[in-house]
Amino acid sequence: MQIPSYIPQIIYIIAAILIIVGLKRLSSPATARVGNQIAAVGVALALAITILNSEIQDYLWIGVGVVIGGIAGYIMARRVQMTAMPQMVALFNGMGGGAAALVSASEYLHSQTVPGTSENFAVLLTTLLGLIIGSLSIAGSVVAFGKLQGLISGRPITYGGQQVVNGILAVVIVGFSLYLLFLQTNSVPAFVAIAAAALILGVAVVLPIGGADMPVVISLLNSFTGLAVAMTGFVLNNPVLIISGTLVGASGTLLTQLMSKAMNRSLANVLFGAFGSAGGPAAAGVAGGAAAVPLRETSAEDAGTLLAYSRSVIVVPGYGLAVAQAQQTVRELAEVLEKRGVDVRYAIHPVAGRMPGHMNVLLAEANVPYTQLKEMDEINSEFPQADVALVIGANDVTNPAARTNPQSPIFGMPILNVDQAQNIIVIKRGRGTGFAGIENDLFANPKTMMLFGDAKDALSRLVSAVKAA
Amino acid sequence: MTIDVLLVSLTIFMLAVFVGTEVISKVPATLHTPLMSGTNAIHGIVLMAAMLVAGLAGKGILLTVLGFLAVVLATGNVVGGFVVTDRMLEMFKKKPQAGK
Repeated sequence: MQIPSYIPQIIYIIAAILIIVGLKRLSSPATARVGNQIAAVGVALALAITILNSEIQDYLWIGVGVVIGGIAGYIMARRVQMTAMPQMVALFNGMGGGAAALVSASEYLHSQTVPGTSENFAVLLTTLLGLIIGSLSIAGSVVAFGKLQGLISGRPITYGGQQVVNGILAVVIVGFSLYLLFLQTNSVPAFVAIAAAALILGVAVVLPIGGADMPVVISLLNSFTGLAVAMTGFVLNNPVLIISGTLVGASGTLLTQLMSKAMNRSLANVLFGAFGSAGGPAAAGVAGGAAAVPLRETSAEDAGTLLAYSRSVIVVPGYGLAVAQAQQTVRELAEVLEKRGVDVRYAIHPVAGRMPGHMNVLLAEANVPYTQLKEMDEINSEFPQADVALVIGANDVTNPAARTNPQSPIFGMPILNVDQAQNIIVIKRGRGTGFAGIENDLFANPKTMMLFGDAKDALSRLVSAVKAA
Repeated sequence: MTIDVLLVSLTIFMLAVFVGTEVISKVPATLHTPLMSGTNAIHGIVLMAAMLVAGLAGKGILLTVLGFLAVVLATGNVVGGFVVTDRMLEMFKKKPQAGK
């Protein structure tokens, strides 16, 4: 059956509206889930009508590809632990970027077989942009995934002449692109060289970035993929692709800025910070000074008694809590404390966990009441009135050096004022430094008691101690 | 692509830039992670483009392979992205009930 050509166009418009409305709903907590579903329906609608497109002649490989990709994506999405969410998003993002790059490559190679089509400047330009941005995105995402998954060291990896190498790669990309655009449009080797250089550059740019900054990088790469997808929309002259890709590109850029702001870093600082030498000696100096102060260790029994007889406790959860899968246990501890009449609240730093909002997801999964979760600005003034601040596997976000020590690499980052509480209990796996690799003055504070051990284990010992008190 | 078509595409692109930034301008930090994941799923719509290039008739083995890989990656992105976002947001829904 021949469908009139305007029908798909109308459905594309409806799909675009659904995606925009879905995105709008996604940005408010009450409507977020419905928003995601609306966007999914919009995308599904656009995909369904594309299948009927008369340009598609060969369905076999599409079918096989959709089945394989769909099953793999579904299983990964269902099985992934909530703690591993950042690397999951990185991986899915890389897949999208890779797809956009492959589409651009196919378009270019296809145009080589049809004489006269590659002479169009605008098509070639957007094809190249799709290829370059998509390649950067997949390569960068894979490195980000590797870092967060622990396959590659989370520490910044730097080597001499790094900027020179990156500069050369950029020159290769721009140079061959100009060559294709203005001198010789039909050159597959030049096209391949651009793709290879963009892939290497993606790896090279992300490698020197520390694991703590990965969420910002993933968000940036997410908006890159969006742009690459928009470029394929230009090439294929498809408005839905342009709209969806650009929406993600624009909102992703804004989100990246919001995230950087939450960490009080500029985007440039996140991306190129590792090249500066300022962090090195200053961090070493802080480390040397703090190491001299002995830390005060405590037992679960003592800490449990202190908690049991206090009036108000503020729990400060960090990534260590999530790694140990201790969300349920912390809720249990809060419940036994509440039974004794202790007021328990949670102080959530904007970047607690590994991504902004990550900790809220993790605690929600453990059925911690929403009303007890307090954002940083809301709770910071209440620390002086709290009898105990219980820090669980959080480090850098509690480091008072961010307020007091201009030499510290994290100086200026908004932190939770844990040091102002009457007593501080820190549950920590070992004596090492946090993700940023710097010593925490909080641990040397005379009010601080250290409870070393796995967060889950330490918390269940605290639960028993509180029950016994 | 004629100049007219290009201009229409550019217009759509510009408007989408403004819509994209306006629509999420007031997002609370709590939702940053799900929003990143949700927008990540939306760009999985690249599957449209992947299907269009994979479905072209009379192409060589290389293009078949590239198109097939593009379809696999894009489908993984769109399916996995929406499912994982839904899983995250499902937990947000529980909160008010748990609080009562």
